[in-house]
Amino acid sequence: MIANYGYKDGSGDFFITIDTDKCDGCGACVPACPGRVFVVGEDPNDPLREEPVAMVSEEQRKKLKYTCAPCKPDHDRPPLPCVVACPPGAIGHSW
Amino acid sequence: MSEKKEYWRWKEYRWHDESLDWHDAEIISAGVDIGSVSSQAVVMLDGRLYAYSNQRTGYDSPESARKAIDWAMEGTGLTLDRIHYTVGTGYGRVNVPFADKAITEIACHARGGNFMYGPTVRTILDMGGQDCKAIRCDERGKVEAFLMNDKCAAGTGRGMEVFADLLSIPIEKVGELSLSVEEEPEPVSSTCVIFAKSEASALLREGWPKNKVLAAYCAAMAHRVVTLLERIEVKKDFAITGGIAKNSGVVKRLEQELGLESLKSRYDPQIAGAVGAALFAQVLETKRRKG
Repeated sequence: MIANYGYKDGSGDFFITIDTDKCDGCGACVPACPGRVFVVGEDPNDPLREEPVAMVSEEQRKKLKYTCAPCKPDHDRPPLPCVVACPPGAIGHSW
Repeated sequence: MSEKKEYWRWKEYRWHDESLDWHDAEIISAGVDIGSVSSQAVVMLDGRLYAYSNQRTGYDSPESARKAIDWAMEGTGLTLDRIHYTVGTGYGRVNVPFADKAITEIACHARGGNFMYGPTVRTILDMGGQDCKAIRCDERGKVEAFLMNDKCAAGTGRGMEVFADLLSIPIEKVGELSLSVEEEPEPVSSTCVIFAKSEASALLREGWPKNKVLAAYCAAMAHRVVTLLERIEVKKDFAITGGIAKNSGVVKRLEQELGLESLKSRYDPQIAGAVGAALFAQVLETKRRKG
């Protein structure tokens, strides 16, 4: 499943995408993110899945533009720590 | 002071299938969808739709849940203690005291959409009271991709209610009236409900007739959700759930912009979430009995 967490408002699209077929719930993204965006647990959108999965925490979903800003400078943007930390490459950003 | 008419107010109602008898059912399951604006309860007998209700959510979610299920069961003789498994969904899903489990509305809409529109449905757009969800699912109603926007009221039922009130047009008539324009106007430029409303007021001052203003707003709403849908890749067949599915002005414009017709169901599009919840309840009760 391609899970899009985030929002679209007047200033743009701010979605973090997690491919739950790739995610094995290892949890490497949780400490890697300085903004504490990720949590790992039971998939709320797939109640019959047994394996845990990563998702964006409830409290971060509506402020990703601001929480993620420190990792996204205008120039010379380094690779995003969450994307680098994910072994199966399940995490993506829309902006 | 004269009493102000509530043009936004839509009809609340209930239904049950008189050809079915709940005494014959092995598993009685229920789904309760407590949305931000409306609440629905659905009762199923061995996976067959038996009864439902649809009403406005009050300020107290547990009470809204209780009222919704009681109203669905009204006149059937069925009581809450005879329901084997109940799943709560929607914003107030954790506030359904009699629910055995809470499941997100994303999963429930996919499952319910599959039941209501058939296994060919791949893309479901739920235009709810205060949010908008785009869901892609497989032939069994399992979610393949989803996106939800609940930070912005553009493209939501509440936004349409605001417009019905502004123009003194009963909410059920908005769609039809917006389609009565001879020529399609430019959509309003703001999709934000607050700014769209002030933009509409300005157009009215310029002398625009009501139907033209509504057409401009319905078009803006349709365009707005199409940009959301693009992110999850729209696939055939396509269906719309939620209250806005009853607004032909938005539905027709959406279909035109997507180049796709939306499937219609003989059931109320607002109950999709509760239907999905009741179907999950059926599966979970079966699992529970097997141990």
